[in-house]
Amino acid sequence: MSLARVSTASGEEFAGRVLPVRTELREVLPWPGLRRGATIALRGSTSLLFAVLASATAEGSWAAVVGLPGLSVLAAAEAGIAVQRLALVPRPGTQLGEVVAALADGIDLVAFTGTATLGTAQVRKLSARVRQRGTVLLPLGPWPSADVHLRCANTRWHGTGAGDGHLTHREVDIHATGRGSAARPRSVRVCLPG
Amino acid sequence: MPTRLIVLWCPDWPVIAAAATAGLSAHVPLAVVAANHVLACSATARAVGVRRGQRRRQAQRACPDLELVADDPDRDARVFEPVVAAVEGLTPGVEVVRPGVLAVPARGPSRYFGGEEAVAELLVDRVAEAGVECQVGVADGLFAATLAARRGLVVPPEGSPEFLAPLGISELDQPAERLPGRAELVDLVRRLGVRTLGEFAELPAADVLNRFGAAGALAHRLASGLEERAPSRRRPPPELSVTEEFDPPVTRVDVAAFAAKAIGERLHAELARRGLACVRLGIRARTEGSTELERVWRCAEPLTAEGVRDRVRWQLDGWLRVAGDGGLDGGISVLLLDPREVIGAEALQLDLLSGEAETSVAERAGRALVRVQGLLGPDSVWRGVIGGGRGPGERVRLVPWGDPPVPERPAERPWPGAVPKPTPERLVTGPVPVVVLDGDGAEVVVDERDELTAPPRAVLTEKGPPRQVLSWSGPWPAAALVRLQVVLEPSGEGGERALLLAGDGTTWWVEGVYE
Repeated sequence: MSLARVSTASGEEFAGRVLPVRTELREVLPWPGLRRGATIALRGSTSLLFAVLASATAEGSWAAVVGLPGLSVLAAAEAGIAVQRLALVPRPGTQLGEVVAALADGIDLVAFTGTATLGTAQVRKLSARVRQRGTVLLPLGPWPSADVHLRCANTRWHGTGAGDGHLTHREVDIHATGRGSAARPRSVRVCLPG
Repeated sequence: MPTRLIVLWCPDWPVIAAAATAGLSAHVPLAVVAANHVLACSATARAVGVRRGQRRRQAQRACPDLELVADDPDRDARVFEPVVAAVEGLTPGVEVVRPGVLAVPARGPSRYFGGEEAVAELLVDRVAEAGVECQVGVADGLFAATLAARRGLVVPPEGSPEFLAPLGISELDQPAERLPGRAELVDLVRRLGVRTLGEFAELPAADVLNRFGAAGALAHRLASGLEERAPSRRRPPPELSVTEEFDPPVTRVDVAAFAAKAIGERLHAELARRGLACVRLGIRARTEGSTELERVWRCAEPLTAEGVRDRVRWQLDGWLRVAGDGGLDGGISVLLLDPREVIGAEALQLDLLSGEAETSVAERAGRALVRVQGLLGPDSVWRGVIGGGRGPGERVRLVPWGDPPVPERPAERPWPGAVPKPTPERLVTGPVPVVVLDGDGAEVVVDERDELTAPPRAVLTEKGPPRQVLSWSGPWPAAALVRLQVVLEPSGEGGERALLLAGDGTTWWVEGVYE
């Protein structure tokens, strides 16, 4: 991906350029993958974040997760993430906006918590930055201006019994809502990890 | 019209620095080697046939008692600092070109001391007092003045093109400058039949640019006796300078190296964002005792991020060494990088284009992560490395970005008692105690045979009502612990919840949350 090709701040150059993502997730996204420059808000599930990151990192993209101190890198690896290209910034402190902006300059997928602590001006600046850089921004929390909101519901676990077996996977509904081409709500039931 | 410069050159500087550091006499046969080739050698070694560029083996054959020292640019810079300080005591405006070479604008001091020759003599004497031999040259432009210094010449004003013309084309390639691609360029030009700088200078500039790119065009300017950069250079706006405060102040060389990396990256990124690159860099520092230190580095080539970083590190290293000798009042508390001279994108364009194509995704990512380290500190950006172990936390080692990713325990060994995957996505760091209850409301614990005293029916956390257990797996004994997976009844629209519990036989706590 050559930055030299970015000619406008509008991100026109990235139109139609997507990073790969699991087939089932493509069903609920308005694009055939994760559109560069898009903002996709994720609610309430680290396994959903892993599912979003897996294919792209496996194919060479870099990802960063900001503000999840307990995140298990082992679980990330099991979910198919190339962990050698996964950077963690567990404690951004008061500089969340600066940290996310710095990451957006060079990392393809940037996820972060603490969305509510950012001011309106910071949010606008960040959105402009990711559009220009072709970064996929993944706020883990409310983000009104997101292109798509994904949220998990109706988790059902499999594998455990009365002491025997072990957890193998869960089934979960992923609901997508959004703006523009994503305005029609869509849902899909997926296995995580799967 | 290039600036008239006095250049002071210390011959075989890497050798002098290595000898001084190792406590050897400068008269023993000594060679500094890099990548198995001789980078520099002492005069005594040269006398018996050791040559620059020789393979290490060849050099040892020529001189069996040759002392070999590994190349270390940091050492070269550190030992050079007292020489710079000595010259600075004589005249202001000293600029370090690279360890072993410094430049002074000729106009002021030659007027003050009565002529360029007089200044040259004074400089040689002053540096000799610091225990170092040097040669001085005067000419228009840095490139010509440096070559003049190697020959101990004063080239008359406006005489640089005539001085350069008969010199061999290989003068463009000075290994000590560590210019990437210059050796290949010289080789290519020579194979095209161009033998001297004069012949190269006669080629039309546009053709050279087309054929050899920006690096070739720059070499062509040098060979022609022109200033190393086009006259369109800009005076940088003051807001381009980058400041970093250190609390606690920097006193150690390794901390300084890290600081240099972070601030260097910041400056470079700031300049690159505006399509600029720095060719003259001011490095300023303030100590705890409010002493102001300043040094200017001049460069023939636009500084890369690594170039900035190295110079800052060398300079801090030099200052801290002085501090170690008791010459500095405390550590360095403020560091400021001040780009004194920048060149614009038009001069850099080709470099930028070729650089961009080569800049891999990984390099861009690395730069972004280093910027975050610059914001938050070195221990703020981590990467996980997966190794062996039984618990989900044991198997991952977090390594600060920039450190080699090596696992703590080998993954290959069998780890009996390990919890089967999937691993909980979130590990709980602080202890979150829970109570596991059976159907009668009694606590479920683990007996001597590592079995549960009763089937678990509910889990009680510190907050909220007890949650019914739908199913469970385990326990898995591992060392002094047992682990248990429980699936809890749905609450809200999220659905079922699964936890990994750990217990010591009497109490339970949450180790991980599947979320």
